[in-house]
Amino acid sequence: MAKTKEIQSGDAIHRGPPVTVERYGPYQRVNHWITATCLILLLISGLSLFHPWLFFMTGLFGGGQNTRMLHPWIGVVLFFSFFIFFFQFWRANLPNRTDARWVSQIGDVVGGHEERLPEVGRYNAGQKFIFWGMALFIIVLIGTGLVIWDQYFEGLTSIAVSRVAVLVHSVAAVLIILLFILHVYAGIWTRGTLRAMTRGSVTGGWAWRHHRKWLKELAGRGRIDPAE
Amino acid sequence: MMDSPRTAVSNPPVQPMESNLTERDLVRRSATAELPPPERQLTPVAKLIDVSKCIGCKACQAACIEWNDTYPPIGENVGSYVNPPDLSENMFTLMLFTEWINPETDNLEWLIRKDGCMHCADPGCLKACPAPGAIVQYSNGIVDFIHENCIGCGYCVKGCPFDIPRISKTDHRAYKCTLCSDRVAVGQGPACAKACPTQAIVFGTKDDMKKHADERIADLKSRGFQNAGLYDPPGVGGTHVMYVLHHNDKPHIYADLPDNPQISPVVQVWKGASKYVGLATMGMVAAGAILHGIFARPNRVQHEDEENAERLVEEATDHREKT
Amino acid sequence: MTNSWTDIKNTDLVIVMGGNAAEAHPCGFKWVTEAKAHRAARLIVVDPRFTRTASVADYYAPIRQGTDIAFLSGVMKYCIDNDKVQWEYMKAFTNASYLVKDGFGFKDGLFTGYDPEKRDYDKSTWDYVIGDDGFVVTDPTLQHPRCVWNLLKEHLAPYTPEMVERICGTPKDKFLKVAEMISECSSPTKTMTSMYALGWTQHSKGSQNIRTMAMLQLILGNIGVRGGGMNALRGHSNIQGLTDLGLMSHLLTGYLAMATEKDVDFATYMSTRQFKPLVPGQTSYWQNYRKFMVSFQKAMWGDNARADNDWAFNYLPKLDVPAYDVLRMFELMYDGKINGYLCQGFNPLLAFPNRNKVTKSLSNLKWLVTMDPLDTETARFWENRGDFNPVDTASIQTEVIQLPTTCFAEEEGSLTNSGRWLQWHWPGGTPPGEAKHDTYIIAQIFLRIRELYRKEGGTFPDPILNLSWDYADANEPTAEELAREINGRALTDLMDPADPTKVLVPAGKQVVNFSQLRDDGSTMCGCWIYSGCFNEQGNNMARRDNNDPDDTGAYLGWSFAWPLNRRTLYNRASADLEGKPWDPSRKLLEWDGTKWTGYDVPDIAPAAKPGEVGPFIMNQEGTARLFARGLMRDGPFPAHMEPFESPVANVFNPKIRGNPVARVFETDLEQLGLSDEFPYAGTSYRLTEHFHYWTKHNHVNSALQPEFFVEISEELAAEKAIANGSWVRVWSKRGSVKAKALVTKRIRPLICDGKPVHVVGIPLHWGFTGSARKGFGPNSLAPFVGDANIETPEYKAFLVNIEPSTAPQEAIA
Repeated sequence: MAKTKEIQSGDAIHRGPPVTVERYGPYQRVNHWITATCLILLLISGLSLFHPWLFFMTGLFGGGQNTRMLHPWIGVVLFFSFFIFFFQFWRANLPNRTDARWVSQIGDVVGGHEERLPEVGRYNAGQKFIFWGMALFIIVLIGTGLVIWDQYFEGLTSIAVSRVAVLVHSVAAVLIILLFILHVYAGIWTRGTLRAMTRGSVTGGWAWRHHRKWLKELAGRGRIDPAE
Repeated sequence: MMDSPRTAVSNPPVQPMESNLTERDLVRRSATAELPPPERQLTPVAKLIDVSKCIGCKACQAACIEWNDTYPPIGENVGSYVNPPDLSENMFTLMLFTEWINPETDNLEWLIRKDGCMHCADPGCLKACPAPGAIVQYSNGIVDFIHENCIGCGYCVKGCPFDIPRISKTDHRAYKCTLCSDRVAVGQGPACAKACPTQAIVFGTKDDMKKHADERIADLKSRGFQNAGLYDPPGVGGTHVMYVLHHNDKPHIYADLPDNPQISPVVQVWKGASKYVGLATMGMVAAGAILHGIFARPNRVQHEDEENAERLVEEATDHREKT
Repeated sequence: MTNSWTDIKNTDLVIVMGGNAAEAHPCGFKWVTEAKAHRAARLIVVDPRFTRTASVADYYAPIRQGTDIAFLSGVMKYCIDNDKVQWEYMKAFTNASYLVKDGFGFKDGLFTGYDPEKRDYDKSTWDYVIGDDGFVVTDPTLQHPRCVWNLLKEHLAPYTPEMVERICGTPKDKFLKVAEMISECSSPTKTMTSMYALGWTQHSKGSQNIRTMAMLQLILGNIGVRGGGMNALRGHSNIQGLTDLGLMSHLLTGYLAMATEKDVDFATYMSTRQFKPLVPGQTSYWQNYRKFMVSFQKAMWGDNARADNDWAFNYLPKLDVPAYDVLRMFELMYDGKINGYLCQGFNPLLAFPNRNKVTKSLSNLKWLVTMDPLDTETARFWENRGDFNPVDTASIQTEVIQLPTTCFAEEEGSLTNSGRWLQWHWPGGTPPGEAKHDTYIIAQIFLRIRELYRKEGGTFPDPILNLSWDYADANEPTAEELAREINGRALTDLMDPADPTKVLVPAGKQVVNFSQLRDDGSTMCGCWIYSGCFNEQGNNMARRDNNDPDDTGAYLGWSFAWPLNRRTLYNRASADLEGKPWDPSRKLLEWDGTKWTGYDVPDIAPAAKPGEVGPFIMNQEGTARLFARGLMRDGPFPAHMEPFESPVANVFNPKIRGNPVARVFETDLEQLGLSDEFPYAGTSYRLTEHFHYWTKHNHVNSALQPEFFVEISEELAAEKAIANGSWVRVWSKRGSVKAKALVTKRIRPLICDGKPVHVVGIPLHWGFTGSARKGFGPNSLAPFVGDANIETPEYKAFLVNIEPSTAPQEAIA
């Protein structure tokens, strides 16, 4: 049988009832939550140094000095954590023709008229956008972050370069935060999504509704556990 | 309460004195929007460094080390008179030596400039600083680092148009010349000005220093330095450390002294537009999401979706069993 | 200094040549900045290197080290040729009009009477024509061909600008610019000050370097005036005090001469020191010599110095050689003729030339005692420190005893500055550890030696046993007691010579100054020129009144200046023959019809009429000497001589090597290098960040200038493929050092006698003890020869070679 990029190795349907579908394995979920935690910590610590109104949040890290010291290290953890995640799922996030239709019908997406949308594989175009956006900004942030990580890399670049780096870092941070909001909101608004990252599975209905092509392909390939 | 000192060469008073640089004398405080206006205005002070009188003896450096009780390491000679090799948390001021052949006369000029904080009226370091109260500006013009508030982020380094602040690798705090705020606060001038044997460094009110500079510039012009002038760059609102330069038309020959220093436009965008646009965008998107969440129907899985899924699974199972 | 530091602010032109005032005397240099800022004075620097002084100069001219006489002779010639002479001053106040004996002459770079075997001159012809009346014969019209002026003009004739360029490497246009600026100061209302230091003294003809400038200053009329003078900048804060108090082997205190073997008794000693005036009516101050000498003997031996025992003259040591200077002392150690050395406040291992010889000399000692606040290299000369001190410790048997002393900031006493000011100071700190004052240590040594003499006798115990030692605590004389002794006091009631019934000074009281000293044993005085420093008014050295009426820079109420609190020597010369100031705006003294009045203590009897007594009262002539008679070993006029090690030959006579009469020990002659093997002109100097070998023990100074380096031109660096900041080896015939190379535009090759001369600049300040990085001193390279008159080692001009190298190793080999 031909390989498909839609299906991850752990994906499987449980007959039920009710039908559930394994979407993320335990390692992937841990991986996701480490990344998520890092991103949240980075968001808080970064914002606390971004604007004086938010400086009080440095208290969460034990003060400004600790915040300044921890932020880049968390960034390093995030970088590795995210890219472990990235290399598992990048194929499933490659764009295809369906994505274009999906995007062109974004009004239906936001309006919740999923029935009008084409069948979607493991990820829809929105999820792919977030996936690639995250990857891009994390690279930008780690790159510029290293330039301004003066504790270790001071003097390796000129001040003019580090000024640009700090500006790019700020802008990239704002953008990644926007993505993050989108991601979180989509996960909450699309009910039943969160359990994919908690329990690792989704209901058959969720899969049918949001990622029918994926579900069909799983079913078609017989990735169904044996009858009880 | 005593006003700013008028000179650095007088002997210090011996009776204990109260500091005249307090929280109430701040005109700017880093990362602090609402600063109460100071109760009084101290006379602005300035240090004037007459490069043409400077003999490069480094007495200012020694005085700076002694007064601030720093401990610069013993380095090595790398083919230069500049020692230590750079400003650091242990060296707030540094003599920079430049061998320059004057193209007009073909004569060598050994330009010696005392580098250090310029105490800008519009300080880029303070603008860049994210830590409330880590950088302050007093009404007499002194820009000072308050180390207990410093978080060591190095933003001041990026904000400074003169490449002055240095972050200690030991305590991770930013250091630079304080214009001896602790001396000025009790009526004394900076240690470097006090130590300078030729009075190439003088200290007093900014007005007096400008007048003194005028005399020095007239003298230099009489010696053929037609472009002699005062370096008090308007791009940073003027400075409270000024230079008399023999070649004020080209400050960059003095070990890269900026010709027209200003807070970098990149820093302006970073600490201005990006901060506000960024916060606003994030706020709006977050608010939009919340509003959408409240007013739009959540995207729920319907009962028929579950049934469809079950059907699909059954069909698939049947199909497989047949084959 | 003839003038004072503060007087420099009065000048119109500062010439820094043979020194680097901004670098080596930054605090005194403030007065140059004052003159520049407030008198629009100009500053000229003539130096092989573009120094920190040059960085603030109005004009800089390069010169090859050791050719100052040629340069200044050229300037003198320029002034004479261009009528830039203060004629009235020169005619009246110098010996220009005196006739010189017929035999005297100069040919092929040598004066009459040279004996190459003895390396000395027969100086009998170097003198004036003395008339039947015992006075010198003069021609005030300056027409006589044998008058000093015409002989001088003849002597200077070869020193054309072209010749100056050929010898000195100074481009002709630069030389002419300097000459022109200097010549302007021949105006009575313009003065030039000469600031010099070791750049002139540390040559085999150092005394003549200084003399040439002194002559130039005399023909410009710049001696004795405000803002003028010959100003030697002393390297140590109290080195002026060292010579004043007779620490040189051929001197007693106050420049009284040490007795020699020829002085069999006091009468013989005094017979050569009559100093009869050579012109009628002149004051010859040294005629008071006997008063100072007897008072000195009384200070030394009190009641044991009496008229009937020749004032204990036989207690004085007698010199069998001209002087036991440091070079001779180390030569004697080297030969094993001296075997004990008490080294007080000195670091000869780094201070004296030819370090290898110094090390060998110290190794020959039985014992070495060092007295120093610092752990000096000399005290550690036996310690193997790898490349930095490669000695074979096991082979050295010298017993070394280190006695830690207090430093200046922990002591009370006076320091004599370059301007002859005795400034009292008080301790600013408590001595650390076991450190003791030098006075305590010397007292202990003396008391113990005296005890040994008392117990065991000896060949001649009298000078020790009878030494006057009447201090409250014999173990530790106080600074105040010593100062009072130096000032002098009456031993019996001194009666007023004008009124014998009146007691001028009661017995036991301090004399007011040396004018009250007597030669009958009724006074004592430790150092006559200092007399007045601590009299019945109190400690005048501690005065701190900085009032300066009319801003003359005299500051008469600040401390005490020798002699008699006089701030400018020869100040009578600041006024013309009628007693009116040459420059009314810069009055120092004026004749008011009956006496001299003004801002300074007159350097002449207050009632000496202007037309009758010449201003130079320390000379028998009453005038200053353009022709030095036989008083200098190497000539009555200065003549160009090359350094002993020179990249070019003497253009007047290529056979003359160095100073033809300078003393060279035989073993050292073999160790002189030639320019084919050592092509580069080395020179040594100080840097402003450090003070000699002291401040490398201080962390702050060490951080400001951490490591030994040598300076070379970009041209030489390119030729030798030496990168800036890389390691090089510099070596001479006598030794080798490793240093960082500092490649600079501030040193340029000079074209001398048609060939390029590369200068290698070698700062001193590093050794193998202290806080700074370990390094070497130029004394490893410099030759063991000194000035012909005073034996100051030739540190400023010698030959070296240079090559890229690797870092020195401290690991013990």
